Amino acid sequence: MTTPSATIQPPPLLAEIIESQRQRRRWFRGQFALVWVALVGALLAALWATDNIDTEWMVTWAPFIVGGAGTTILVCVISIVLATLLAIFGAIARMSSNAILFAISSLYVSLVRGTPLLVQIYFIFFALPQMGIRLDAVPAGILALSFNYGAYMTEIFRAGIQAVPGGQREAAQALGMPEALVMRRVVLPQAVRIVIPAIGNDFIAMIKDSALISTIAVQELLWRAQRAGTRDFKTLQALLIAAAVYWLLTIIFSYFQDRLEQRMARGDR
Amino acid sequence: MTGAEPPDHGVRPASATSGYQPESSLPSHIGEPIVKVEGIHKYFGDNHVLRGVDLEVRQREAVMVIGRSGSGKTTLLRCINFLEEPTVGAIEVDEVRVEADPLHARDRRHREQIRQIRLRAGMLFQEFNLFPHMDVLANCIEAPTRVLGHSREHAIERAEYYLEVVGLAEKRDEYPSRLSGGQKQRVAIARALSMEPKVLLFDEPTSALDPELIGEVLGVMEDLAHSGTTMIVVTHEMHFAQEAADRVVFMEDGVVIEQGPPEQVLNDPRHEETTHFLRRFLDR
Ligand SMILES: Nc1ncnc2c1ncn2[C@@H]1O[C@H](COP(=O)(O)OP(=O)(O)OP(=O)(O)O)[C@@H](O)[C@H]1O
Ligand SMILES: [Mg+2]
Repeated sequence: MTTPSATIQPPPLLAEIIESQRQRRRWFRGQFALVWVALVGALLAALWATDNIDTEWMVTWAPFIVGGAGTTILVCVISIVLATLLAIFGAIARMSSNAILFAISSLYVSLVRGTPLLVQIYFIFFALPQMGIRLDAVPAGILALSFNYGAYMTEIFRAGIQAVPGGQREAAQALGMPEALVMRRVVLPQAVRIVIPAIGNDFIAMIKDSALISTIAVQELLWRAQRAGTRDFKTLQALLIAAAVYWLLTIIFSYFQDRLEQRMARGDR
Repeated sequence: MTGAEPPDHGVRPASATSGYQPESSLPSHIGEPIVKVEGIHKYFGDNHVLRGVDLEVRQREAVMVIGRSGSGKTTLLRCINFLEEPTVGAIEVDEVRVEADPLHARDRRHREQIRQIRLRAGMLFQEFNLFPHMDVLANCIEAPTRVLGHSREHAIERAEYYLEVVGLAEKRDEYPSRLSGGQKQRVAIARALSMEPKVLLFDEPTSALDPELIGEVLGVMEDLAHSGTTMIVVTHEMHFAQEAADRVVFMEDGVVIEQGPPEQVLNDPRHEETTHFLRRFLDR
């Protein structure tokens, strides 16, 4: 034998190390799951112990309440798309050297960030009719959420646009592309990639904030829970169901968002 | 180099605005002036970076600009296609003439003129600046289709031709992230060529490259120079300058100190500053 086999790690040891590491990880995950199950179980057990929980009612009404999740998701999907468009225009205007555009967009951002979302919702649904603008509950809710999130996302997009290397804009300009084309074809597509994780975060936050539009009778998750709960004096059960569904939705969308982020991280950049 | 110099050179004026070569000494392949840099000054705040630069580049001429760091080479190149707005002076490329007008840099007419210059002067950057969200072919047809209004088929045909020129035809469907630095710069050259500009401006196109990748890019550039592409190249690659240049321009402190055929400027400089600069180079 000419190869110095003595200097090579003996495979059995390596396998042992890998196996022990794997075991430690499995053990960690096991503990983690155990603690969650125990805590949630204890919480539920405590609730049930009060003897106030009408399980039968919950089973009967769960489909009606959970059905509201469809409206919640639909409203949020439409709103996040509109908010993204608003944010793109807002960001471009905020970075513009045109005083009028800059003024409009910064007023927008300041106004929205300076007032509560609930007030904005009320304003659109209850106050606008006084000015002759009457919107149904769902469009009003969508408008309020888009308008509100659009302002916050304006800042995100501005940061995203600024994060695109200056050389990209210069290369496009040097090819004779006019300003608008540079923005649309070169800067924005890259900015969107940069801000997609942030949009995901906002979408998840919006799922929860959208509960506020139950106050203007949009028949989403919380509205349905309250409707059913107050009818039968089962508010606790109804809210438990609603909370569980919100939680589940955020877990599901967070999972997809994580995967998306990982894919972007190793994507073509 | 042997001392075989053209006999009629005479001593050039030492001023910053020293003229280009007399017609009689021009090699026959060189044509009419196509780029004219006229009395360019550039201030960055109080920093007077370009102090009156005049330069004419003729058709099919390869001009290499050398000079130490901070002498204003990059700024000069960026002023030619108005990535920097000159403070004073005028630029003319292929009969489009634009006067420096920093106060009215945002006027629509002025901007359109600048765009016309950019269409005629392709630019290559140290960092390549390929569009990472487009594949190689898309990089090369983006501006021809959307700016020049070429049909997609025509643009693809031209792009494929120029990718062939830089030796990367088989990479047309790759994304830039999957290319080496040298390949990226070659694609950037193909992208610039796809606009069929009158002149190419190179700003140290190999200085961001690993040493073993420099050669492939310089090779492409040398081929372009020898096949009559008009180009202005800022470079520190002296061997390349000697091989590919029709003229070498030495800059210092924002002025052109000396210019002439490579064998003269690089081997027998007339000015002390040039000698100084070249000697420093030797030491490194
Ligand atoms: N955008 C800018 N803002 C302010 N000052 C600048 C800017 N660009 C360049 N300068 C200054 O102008 C001077 C000339 O810079 P320039 O980049 O043109 O030099 P260079 O000859 O290309 O140098 P190098 O060989 O290092 O690339 C430097 O003093 C630099 O600090
Ligand atoms: Mg430079």
